[in-house]
Amino acid sequence: MSQGTRLLSIWGTTFAVAALLSGTGSGGQEKKEEQERQEGQALADSILSQWKRKNPEKASDWVAEEKERHKIQPPADNSALLQSGEQGKGHVYGQYTERDLLMWSRETEKLVVEGSRIFHDADALRSTVAVSCDMCHPDGANTHPETYPKFQVQMGRVALLRDMINWCVEQPVRGTRFEPDDERMRALEAYIYAQRRGKSLEYGKH
Amino acid sequence: MRPKHKSVETRYMEERNEFFQALKSLDRRSFIKVSAAALGAAATRGIVPPTSFQPVRLSALQAGTGSDIYFAYISDSHLYEQDVNDRFVRSLLRAVDDVNQLDPQPDFVLYGGDLAQLGQAKELDLGAQILKGVKAPLRVMVGEHDWYLDLGEKWKSLFGQPTYSWDHKGVHFVTLMSVVEEDFWTVRGMSPMERMKTVAGLDNGVQRPFTVGAEQRQWLQNDLSRFGNDTPLVVFSHSPLYKLYKNWNFWTDDADEVQAILSRFKNVSVIHGHTHQMLTNRIGNIHFHGMLATAWPWPYAPEGMPPLTIQMSRPDPFNPQDGCGDGEVRVHPEGLVDKVYNFWNRNPVTVAREYTVSWGRESLPARPNRPSY
Repeated sequence: MSQGTRLLSIWGTTFAVAALLSGTGSGGQEKKEEQERQEGQALADSILSQWKRKNPEKASDWVAEEKERHKIQPPADNSALLQSGEQGKGHVYGQYTERDLLMWSRETEKLVVEGSRIFHDADALRSTVAVSCDMCHPDGANTHPETYPKFQVQMGRVALLRDMINWCVEQPVRGTRFEPDDERMRALEAYIYAQRRGKSLEYGKH
Repeated sequence: MRPKHKSVETRYMEERNEFFQALKSLDRRSFIKVSAAALGAAATRGIVPPTSFQPVRLSALQAGTGSDIYFAYISDSHLYEQDVNDRFVRSLLRAVDDVNQLDPQPDFVLYGGDLAQLGQAKELDLGAQILKGVKAPLRVMVGEHDWYLDLGEKWKSLFGQPTYSWDHKGVHFVTLMSVVEEDFWTVRGMSPMERMKTVAGLDNGVQRPFTVGAEQRQWLQNDLSRFGNDTPLVVFSHSPLYKLYKNWNFWTDDADEVQAILSRFKNVSVIHGHTHQMLTNRIGNIHFHGMLATAWPWPYAPEGMPPLTIQMSRPDPFNPQDGCGDGEVRVHPEGLVDKVYNFWNRNPVTVAREYTVSWGRESLPARPNRPSY
């Protein structure tokens, strides 16, 4: 059976079920909608799992896998925003839902996790000597991002965290420096900052 | 052929090396004596320090700070093949030069494990080749980076069994394979290289904690059974034989059981690699000393640091060999040691026997001038 035929048959079943449901009458509109939602979800899940089987590379949950390998500090907990009294009545700004909070934390964490992946991968860092950041900085230790900007004597100027990352990328790692707005640089910065969660900023500290 | 004339720089470097060699053999108290003597010697010779280091060396010899057993160590070189990364190769060559220059030569040289980075045959062959250059007898210990590609096959073909013991001048020496990990790879269907890379990541949480394992503990028990409690005992292990920080495997999961086997001895010294830093601990009669790496220094664990440890200051990222080095160990007749950290870019530091014996009250090593971070 081709994929197209299979899909058609699934759709066919759904419509049949939907038609049956619509005829039940007193079950009520709500129940019917819920039923439809579940059916739709089942359908979407089946199509997605089919796609995952076909594309195992793309389908791997790289965020979960990276989090299993390396300890990632979680982003701040914003659940207090949802508590009653915190949300201003009649204001659009500040009306948050659980869904908002989930999106913030997932998206933020995803950038941090991507940073962790690059931090631990000599190839992603374009190292020519097979050296990655974690070889000197396990869990991002001894990177002290909270002390930047500071005057870096050896560079003869004030360095931002990204300048020091690029210095490491070029020197011990023997790779090619990243442009400041390179996605990989953004991810590395995100990971390094995340690992120092809770530390207070002390810019200029040596 | 030895050159007939040496340049001023060569002579200076030779004298400087001798000076630092001599310094290592001194504890704080005799250092004061010796410096006074050195000043006198310098005055009579009309030399103003630090133009010449020679007088201190002479005075040190007069002070007679020798000991029965004296060995050198090199550890954690993490070699890739030379055309992949020559920096780590050059560092190991430097360490071999260091120990070959020791005069008098040590009784033996201990290699502390992690010779290779990914356990590959070419990496281990290269390491074995370089270590052949060591003049003194060589004792080799295994580390996790040597082991988890082929589960020790290549390493054993070069260096033999990883667990062994021997006696030397009345001291019993034991080398353990302390990086046994429970099988985490089969269930995940990992290839040998995936397994190796997982273990090679210090902060990789998929791997399991290090252990010595029941089999080796039984071996250790049997090996030690013929010795009385007074026997001086020195144990070599790659991971520290105590529980420091689990996330980075600065940790041996069955350390308590191993310590229980060692605890009946009056004096036990454990010398370990893996941590790439100055590290001192004492649990009962067991005194622990870490070794420096030749490849790179590790940061200190964020929690659980033993109070006896004097932390080396933060390595300078702008100097790739800062915080790295090798060292020497003087074993006193009762089994405790003076442990020398021979930093390549800093003054050497000696953690004297008296320091751990007095729980850190006496013979304090020179404190570094900066925090470790």
